[in-house]
Amino acid sequence: MEAFLHQVFSGLATGGIYASLALALVMIYQSTNHINFAQGEMAMFSTYLAWSMINAGLPYWWAFLLTVLISFVAGVVIERIIIRPVEHAPVLSVVTVFIALLVIFNSVAGWIFTYTIKTFPSPFPEQPLFGNRYISSHELGSIGITLMVLVALYLFFRFTPLGLAMRAVAQNPLSSRLVGIRVGWMLALGWGLAAAVGAVAGMLVAPVVYLEPNMMAGVLLYAFAAALVGGIDSPFGAVLGGFMVGVLENLIGAYVIGTELKLTVALVLIIGVLLFKPSGMFGKVFVSRV
Amino acid sequence: MALLEVTDLCAGYNAADVLHGVTFAVEQGGITAILGANGAGKTTLLRAVSGMLRRRGSIRFDGRAIEAMATEDIARLGVAHVPDGRGTFLDLTAEENLRIGAYTRKHRGEVARDLERVFTYFPRLKERRHQQAGTLSGGEQQMLAVSRALMLRPRLLLLDEPSFGLAPLVVQDIFGIMRAINAEEGVSVLLVEQNAGLALDLADNAYVLETGQVVMSGTTEAVRSDEAVRRAYLGY
Repeated sequence: MEAFLHQVFSGLATGGIYASLALALVMIYQSTNHINFAQGEMAMFSTYLAWSMINAGLPYWWAFLLTVLISFVAGVVIERIIIRPVEHAPVLSVVTVFIALLVIFNSVAGWIFTYTIKTFPSPFPEQPLFGNRYISSHELGSIGITLMVLVALYLFFRFTPLGLAMRAVAQNPLSSRLVGIRVGWMLALGWGLAAAVGAVAGMLVAPVVYLEPNMMAGVLLYAFAAALVGGIDSPFGAVLGGFMVGVLENLIGAYVIGTELKLTVALVLIIGVLLFKPSGMFGKVFVSRV
Repeated sequence: MALLEVTDLCAGYNAADVLHGVTFAVEQGGITAILGANGAGKTTLLRAVSGMLRRRGSIRFDGRAIEAMATEDIARLGVAHVPDGRGTFLDLTAEENLRIGAYTRKHRGEVARDLERVFTYFPRLKERRHQQAGTLSGGEQQMLAVSRALMLRPRLLLLDEPSFGLAPLVVQDIFGIMRAINAEEGVSVLLVEQNAGLALDLADNAYVLETGQVVMSGTTEAVRSDEAVRRAYLGY
């Protein structure tokens, strides 16, 4: 029982990270109908940034905060400079740009920081909090930070004029222009937020998977599965999907197929959802009349 | 001086022009109607004014050249466009739709007052303010679209077929309120309508558009009494 609970809790902790990254994917998908395949690598690069700052002697939380801010700005800049010119390009061209971004971030990280695996510190103590036996402090802390990020995003989108404008743009860009919203900037802002959320996910997962240029490959796959399970255009679905995938991954890994084959869970989920329920749990079903 | 002056406007999609040198004006505080059959270029004309497509010619709003401006900048000048298909944000609530209409306005108190004012014009919207816009009836959605445009505090309202797909009684209602809005708020209106009878009742000036060209224009009385217009658009 104890082992089972432990699997569930640690699944929730990684699930929160998948949820954040899935949410980043969904935010961009909703407004542009594109999946940013470079989302994971951007997060990885942000994490290296944090690592450099911590190594330079900055306290953890300062590095954390600065990384989030820099990632936000970088996200905005990437949208403005790299994505904007291909805004109206065919899907495959856009996908190529995303793949290019992925490769560039990956190899630049390898070039600057080398491919040697590094340890990344956790801001939480080594000993479990409150003397519990089920969940480590880092896992508990991860869940806490993830929930804070999710609540902050929810409040932003639900209650601020800017959040409302971003939702409006995702739904109907033309109509948004007609009420005076600068649609291009809203998309850039979406990229910034996605990059910032991704950075948080990267810094939370790095102590677990260790820091190296390929550290997000698996995480992105799980996040992708999470977004699909929840419905690729539903933020709420992505979050729920993230937690579900995290727990499922752990339980199936521990009790069914063994940890070596865990990643197949993500792949099976992706294929399963696409085959049997492409809209996921909360996604919209698109019906077109021919 | 007219509030909106359009001279020699050519506009269209991709390579093909739909409008071929259209000239018209909307007076300060006036209502101008553009009549015409399906495919005459009415919707294109409104889209050209608010910069949603490629256009040539001169468009002056309040003396200012806007023919090269982006859609969102034209909106910020006080031109509110209720587009073809109403442009409702279906997944937002009715109230959020109205708030998004006031996006460019920073004064919160004024926006709150305008929200109440819009609700006095359309009490139905107040009842449904927390409902998802997509679940509203066609008439309610049209009211919402007009109200969303009003929340911008526009000086010029562009209306694309407000009667489209609505029951005659609902149309009567909405046109009555539009008349009141024009009189009380001094908002000028450029109205595009297939229902010529309705449009002529509301407007003071009218232009008849055929295959992208103005074939007839004048005061509504003059246009209404024109033999050809009567036969083609009024049906008697």
